[in-house]
Amino acid sequence: MTILKLPTFAPSTLTNAASLIRILALAFIAGAAISSRLFAVINFESIIHEFDPWFNYRATRVLASQGFTEFWNWFDPTAWYPLGRVVGGTIYPGLMATSGVIYNILHALHLPVDIRNVCVLLAPGFSGLTAWATYMLTKELKDESAGLLAAIFIGIAPGYISRSVAGSYDNEAIAIFLLMITFYIWIRALKDGSVLYGTLAAVFYFYMVAAWGGYAFITNMIPLHAFVLLLMGRFSHRLYSAYSAWYAVGTLASMQVPFVGFQPVLTSEHMAALGVFGLLQLVAFVETIRNLLASKQFQLMLRWFLIAAGVAGGLIIVGLTVTKTIAPWTGRFYSLWDTGYAKKYIPIIASVSEHQPTAWPAFFMDLHMLIFLFPAGVVLCFKELREEHVFVIIYSVMASYFAGVMVRLMLTLTPVVCMTAAIALSSLLDTYLNVDEPANPDANGVKETATSGAETPVDGTISKKKKKGVAAAAAAAAVTPSIATKAKGRSSAENGIFGIDTRILVIGNAIFMLVMFVLHCTWVTSTAYSSPSVVLASRRPDGSQNIIDDFREAYYWLRQNTPQDSVVMSWWDYGYQIAGMADRPTLVDNNTWNNTHIATVGKAMSSPEEISYPILRKHDVDYILVIFGGLIGYSGDDVNKFLWMVRIAQGVWPDEIKESNYFTPRGEYKVDDQASEAMKNSLMYKMSYYRFNDLFSGAPAFDRVRNQQMPKEGPKLDYIEEAFTSENWIVRIYKVKKEDPLGRDLKTAHAFDGGKRRKPSKPISRRKALAA
Amino acid sequence: MAGPKKTVTASSQSPVSAITSAGQDLVKSYVDNTPKRVKIIDTFLLFIMLSGVAQFVYCALVTNFPFNAFLAGFGSTIGQFVLTAAFRAQVNPSTRSEFTIISPERAFADFCIGSIILHFFVYNFLG
Repeated sequence: MTILKLPTFAPSTLTNAASLIRILALAFIAGAAISSRLFAVINFESIIHEFDPWFNYRATRVLASQGFTEFWNWFDPTAWYPLGRVVGGTIYPGLMATSGVIYNILHALHLPVDIRNVCVLLAPGFSGLTAWATYMLTKELKDESAGLLAAIFIGIAPGYISRSVAGSYDNEAIAIFLLMITFYIWIRALKDGSVLYGTLAAVFYFYMVAAWGGYAFITNMIPLHAFVLLLMGRFSHRLYSAYSAWYAVGTLASMQVPFVGFQPVLTSEHMAALGVFGLLQLVAFVETIRNLLASKQFQLMLRWFLIAAGVAGGLIIVGLTVTKTIAPWTGRFYSLWDTGYAKKYIPIIASVSEHQPTAWPAFFMDLHMLIFLFPAGVVLCFKELREEHVFVIIYSVMASYFAGVMVRLMLTLTPVVCMTAAIALSSLLDTYLNVDEPANPDANGVKETATSGAETPVDGTISKKKKKGVAAAAAAAAVTPSIATKAKGRSSAENGIFGIDTRILVIGNAIFMLVMFVLHCTWVTSTAYSSPSVVLASRRPDGSQNIIDDFREAYYWLRQNTPQDSVVMSWWDYGYQIAGMADRPTLVDNNTWNNTHIATVGKAMSSPEEISYPILRKHDVDYILVIFGGLIGYSGDDVNKFLWMVRIAQGVWPDEIKESNYFTPRGEYKVDDQASEAMKNSLMYKMSYYRFNDLFSGAPAFDRVRNQQMPKEGPKLDYIEEAFTSENWIVRIYKVKKEDPLGRDLKTAHAFDGGKRRKPSKPISRRKALAA
Repeated sequence: MAGPKKTVTASSQSPVSAITSAGQDLVKSYVDNTPKRVKIIDTFLLFIMLSGVAQFVYCALVTNFPFNAFLAGFGSTIGQFVLTAAFRAQVNPSTRSEFTIISPERAFADFCIGSIILHFFVYNFLG
């Protein structure tokens, strides 16, 4: 029984038309994924965003201009002054190498593209590839229509866009594609038992290791999958072939990356993979023997042998860990299990905003309706429970946990949510777009597939194809996996949907949700995730856009008005930007490898001037850069980050710096009259509010970030002097005075200079000091 | 053997002799039922295993000094071993049924490509 007479075509026509439509749909999805990431370029300009990308961009420039060997051996003396940084050995070079290769190919084709544009557009380009990889993986799980839905979801889901807009030139830009393609090839290797695919998975795993520290996710996901399959009694020689080829080649390959080095055989994070590898060898050996032998008793003994060997292997690993031959888990990993760990022991990790736990609204914001289709999709995976479904279930459990612990790991959750949501939605559409009806026909031939959503025509066509497959029982049915045929068989027999009204209701609702999803994604992308954070935008009262360009203004001031070798001190957040845009040596930067060095800067910022000054002089600091948002209400400024500086400094000098001293007696964090003495005397406070009162011409100054009234008397500076303040006061640069030529301490000298003049006013005294 | 004869029931033997007889069965069954080609593969596997054991013993007893060289050599034996073992499973008549897509010819091609990629990394890591 059908409610609708469909026109009949030859099966080959249907197959060809379906594959053509699939290819077109994938091309359009890739186009949509790329273009929705271009808001940042259109609203602002083609510029590198945020902090880390500035370093990647700088490194890529070195790679493009000086070649790979120079880049590999690059020692950067300007970072972590005076220590320097061996860049080649302390980065994941995959991203830079990728853009370098693209740049060289384009130049070989006589397309003189600027390296900056390659870097800016790399992430959107790879998002198109991610959509394709997600399509391939979801196709393995269900069928092509689910794959296309998954591709469009991952293409525009804000959870992934947040890390891959144009200009967000970070490791994640290519890493998510590599994650998905590695998983896809792993599933293929496992299904076929193919050594070729296993090796290919290892090669992509190598690319991933070279590109992102998050490769440990793959390192543990694949062994976990294999282990769960073993526990489920699903050992097969296919599993053995795929896993062994992946592990043996992949581990050796991953050690080629200098930054990773011998870690894959020496650290706990990689031991699970090794353990499962050993276990699989044992199981495979036992299986081989079992094939040769029929004796029940012997099989029993083999089982005991297996268990004993497994326990012994586990004990060896534990023993090696205890004796420190294998490095124990690193702090970053502990902080994944114990969310309070980082705050207690490693404030430097806890201080990073993307390491904070995820707030509930973020899930909806980043995934919209997918987040409630997600559980439905996982349940559908349980219904099938083939090897690849087990993988997706494990993946979704692990990624959900990690996404809850750390905002940043929302990124690894997004692909699996897109896949499972696509499975759920596609099952729904399969059921309700099926024209077969279980009982009496009552429908009049109304065309049901209105072309209102972007995805609908595609789905309609594919499910039509399936129906023909039933009717003709021909080639089309062979293409679709067994799930679809099984579901179909069921629906035409007993279960199914009656009438056209229910169908229209449910399908209409689904289309409505899909449209809302697209609107939501576009809105979130354009408003929340497309700001370069180097350039800020605000709205004037009349609604027109006001570009706040203080950062670049200040960095270019540094570049043009200071000697090339003058050292700039700032909090570590701005290290990469100063190096990239101002081209000046910095004390600390976003690499954060040396906690003591960062704590030194924290101490200098949080101590009174006379204590900071020797520290500054010892480190040859010429300029200090602070970010101050009090005037225009920019909340990500240094006064708000100040407590982290105090905490990190306290971790190294607990006797000298105490966090509690920076609070008011009532435990509040204040900058006004009630601010504590330590707060008021700290270099950071003084630099932020120096001359702030002058702006308000007599009226009491008001800090718009903290909503507090400033004291009447502004801070005074003796050891440093103001050098530059940007248009909106966001960036303030101070020059560190040299020692007094007459041998006085600078406080006395400054008082003397001030006292000589009848009317001391700071700008004049500054000029005076410069002249002297 | 010294095992207490009285506790043993009539149908079963002492554990050690059970293992010995099972071992004999195993060898016999292996010699009888394994095709010649698989035996050749097994010889190769044995050779690789001995080579790996030799390297490991050297590393444990003498020195692991160029650690990368040791890892490259040892990784090469391990990698070659598992690739060959996978190849063996793919061509062995008793396990071939698991691999629906992979023909013996395809298995050999896979084996070759896998080995080439493996030894590319080995060579690069040897230093």
